Amino acid sequence: MITPELVAEHGLKPDEYERILKLIGREPSFTELGIFSAMWNEHCSYKSSRLHLRGLPTKAPWVIQGPGENAGVIDIGDGLAAVFKMESHNHPSYIEPYQGAGTGVGGILRDVFTMGARPIAALNALRFGDPAHPRTKHLVAGVVAGIGGYGNSFGVPTVGGLVGFHTRYDGNCLVNAMAVGLADADKIFYAKATGVGLPVVYLGSKTGRDGIHGASMASAEFGEGAEEKRPTVQVGDPFAEKLLLEACLEIMEAGCVVAIQDMGAAGLTCSAVEMGAKGDLGIELDLDKLPCREAGMSAYEMMLSESQERMLMVIAPGKEEQAEAIFRKWGLDFAIVGHTTDNLRFVVKHKGEVKADLPIKELGDEAPLYHRPWVETPKQQRIDPASLEITATIPGALERLIGSPDFASKRWIWEQYDHLILNNTVQRPGGDAAVVRVQDGPKGLAMACDVTPRYCEADPFEGGKQAVAEVWRNITAVGATPLALTDNLNFGNPEKPEIMGQLVGCLRGIGAAAKDLDFPVVSGNVSLYNETNGRGILPTPTIGGVGVLADIEKMATLAFKDSGEIILVVGETTGWLGQSAFLSEILDREEGAPPPVDLAVERKHGDFVRELIADGLVTAVHDVSDGGLLVALAEMAMASGIGASLLAPPADVNPHAFWFGEDQARYLVTVTGGEKATVFKRAESAGVPIAKLGSTGGDKLTIPGERPIVIDALRERSESWLPIYMGAGMM
Amino acid sequence: MKAAVLLFPGSNREGDVAHALKTVTGTQLAIVWHAETELPAGTDLVVLPGGFSYGDYLRCGAIAARAAIMEAVRAHAARGGLVLGICNGFQILCESGLLPGVLVRNARLRFICREALLKVERNDTPFTRRYGKGAVVRFPVAHGEGNYTADAETLARLEGDGRVVFRYVMADGKRDDTQVLNGAANSIAGIVSEKLNVLGLMPHPENHVDPLIGPTDGRALFESIAGMLEKA
Repeated sequence: MITPELVAEHGLKPDEYERILKLIGREPSFTELGIFSAMWNEHCSYKSSRLHLRGLPTKAPWVIQGPGENAGVIDIGDGLAAVFKMESHNHPSYIEPYQGAGTGVGGILRDVFTMGARPIAALNALRFGDPAHPRTKHLVAGVVAGIGGYGNSFGVPTVGGLVGFHTRYDGNCLVNAMAVGLADADKIFYAKATGVGLPVVYLGSKTGRDGIHGASMASAEFGEGAEEKRPTVQVGDPFAEKLLLEACLEIMEAGCVVAIQDMGAAGLTCSAVEMGAKGDLGIELDLDKLPCREAGMSAYEMMLSESQERMLMVIAPGKEEQAEAIFRKWGLDFAIVGHTTDNLRFVVKHKGEVKADLPIKELGDEAPLYHRPWVETPKQQRIDPASLEITATIPGALERLIGSPDFASKRWIWEQYDHLILNNTVQRPGGDAAVVRVQDGPKGLAMACDVTPRYCEADPFEGGKQAVAEVWRNITAVGATPLALTDNLNFGNPEKPEIMGQLVGCLRGIGAAAKDLDFPVVSGNVSLYNETNGRGILPTPTIGGVGVLADIEKMATLAFKDSGEIILVVGETTGWLGQSAFLSEILDREEGAPPPVDLAVERKHGDFVRELIADGLVTAVHDVSDGGLLVALAEMAMASGIGASLLAPPADVNPHAFWFGEDQARYLVTVTGGEKATVFKRAESAGVPIAKLGSTGGDKLTIPGERPIVIDALRERSESWLPIYMGAGMM
Repeated sequence: MKAAVLLFPGSNREGDVAHALKTVTGTQLAIVWHAETELPAGTDLVVLPGGFSYGDYLRCGAIAARAAIMEAVRAHAARGGLVLGICNGFQILCESGLLPGVLVRNARLRFICREALLKVERNDTPFTRRYGKGAVVRFPVAHGEGNYTADAETLARLEGDGRVVFRYVMADGKRDDTQVLNGAANSIAGIVSEKLNVLGLMPHPENHVDPLIGPTDGRALFESIAGMLEKA
């Protein structure tokens, strides 16, 4: 019955199949083989990464729930909790961008409201191939429309994110979606079932034949003909999700829910097994009761379908009728499809036959765990700016950077996302971090996502550290205290020791930074096999962070506020050009060691800036990241229409390296003349380097000895690239 | 004043408009489920909020226009009661025949969320008394299908009767039908019924009432309604 070919088609290796035979002592049925393939693929079992994920710091006094549930939960004070996670939908989005990206958003929103939280914000990190690649434009259009189509209809503001382009994503775009929700800290719901003989209830949309083997597909490399995998992509219905949200929150409020798990990757299989295994209970399902969209579905298809907008729950005794009435009111399906048992078996019945009878704990616990061989990425040399042949002028280089795909304004994208719904968006897209008001204020949540894949490829450890530090800095730059992060680890094929080395190195870097910055990891997702025809993506461990701002009235923004203010740089500028955007974009070289991150310095500088903001001593704040000082200054100028007169760089630093170098732990701040002395005094006593860069005013950026840069023209460059690229004209 | 905010499956800006009504006017309000057949006794204002009622399936607003509660809304409007439809609410009012015309897909076929400049064409409606005539205000739009259109005769009648209340304008305060963000005929953003008691508009005044969030040009719309009803 079960042939080696069938095993291979299910993405299981021969030794993994041996493991199954040993575990159950017999040949599995076809349905059971499907269940194993769903539970043991990379996406669900984390078999390559689990070992290394263990090293991440996940605890802090404010962490209510760390990794292992649908989303992480942190205490934000006043009896409230923030619930958040980021998850990838890379493979489906490449195959079918609109549905792939849309269901990515749907999946992460469901993860958040499964825990009893109402989603209050969404973000996304997108990576596309070279703009010149024939597929890129199509993917940008489809992914953006898909994210907007889902989030806008569901009714969550999409408030921030990032978009980058690089040829290494040509055959494998990345769509990482993050959602943040708000819940009462003492009303969090979990997957763990309790109580024997309780009804297991199916809620939401009906089950169809879409998305079968979605999780296995997402755990394999692409070759030619990836488009043929289109039927494995799920189809989203944001309207059903909105109803599911309201119905779920209503029955939770009514005290009907004992345990809840959404049906995401690997659908009914994964959700039922998790609920039982976490609660040390067996689960018996009767598939004859399952609401199906199509007639004649087999047990195998029902167990592996990834139809969207579905939930599984264990309902409290005697509450079935009340729960059903609420679901019917919202026009959703409600069916008792099984019950909990005390025998620790996962039993699936269909048409009077037992289709599967497996040990429930072992399905998860006994999944393969690999100690994959890995090699450390060779270190690169520090780039000496004197060794570079630079012909571009400083204004010319700035103009090229600002008009380049990575730096150009992403307005064309975020205007397709409703970023204002719910009436709480205090900081809109375009700032260092998005800020959303919590209930009626004055508290706010700040959130951002970031990573610099070039750094990660050159030095995974430093790159991993930098990704965490950068997000921590983004949140700090609006005045908030960073509390916790979620990581979305996108890498190539882990069976290659170099790729595994990237994963291991990045995780060590993330762990080190999370620990030293008190910024624990509370949730995450691993996406491997991001390769096409044997070529991997850049290692891209996207970090999403959440912080709390005590008083949104004190929030900082990056726009210059007035003429005649003094511009200061916090942190040291050595002119680090290795792996910089300048080197890549202007000199077409991606080389050298990336800038190192000194975590103690990072923390000291960030805490210093946050206090300046809280005490109202600074008028504008912007973190300095890729592109360096001059790009950051240009962004502050473009956001305000106010220019700046800048001082000449110190004589001992190469001017290009000074303006475009990417030294870490730096912020730009503006102060009024009256506050300058106080700020310098504070910096001195805190041991924080601070220097005057110039002052605000006029409508140009001027650097001694260079041609003035007109802000309006710069803005025009920034705003026009994407609309022109997408063929949309200037509207 | 007593306000009723209707809730259809898929509505999603009911909280935003309820918040605006409460904070600006301090009014009492009830959230009314689509399957109800009567409005709460003494309702002065009915609000049809933004969102994607019934997932925008079939046509935006088409299914909601046939919901049970809409009979009561028609009767309320016929009595001269105030009705405000915002975004999806405007689409529902057009589909239910309470306002003429229809909202079709944006000319550039993309959803647009941005601040729009609007000219207040008249300030003698119950919804615009607190604005200066000809004032230019800033409300955000957030829609994929806000492209107002109607046959030439209807447009001529609307213009002739002065029933266009809000019109999209450019940065110079002037209208430019060739550049209007969603392609709307005559740059129409909002219209009233013949008796001036039913207003439908695509932009969201309810999202511009709070200085911490953005401009506060939306406040005067809610103040106008409250002031009107207090006087009555």
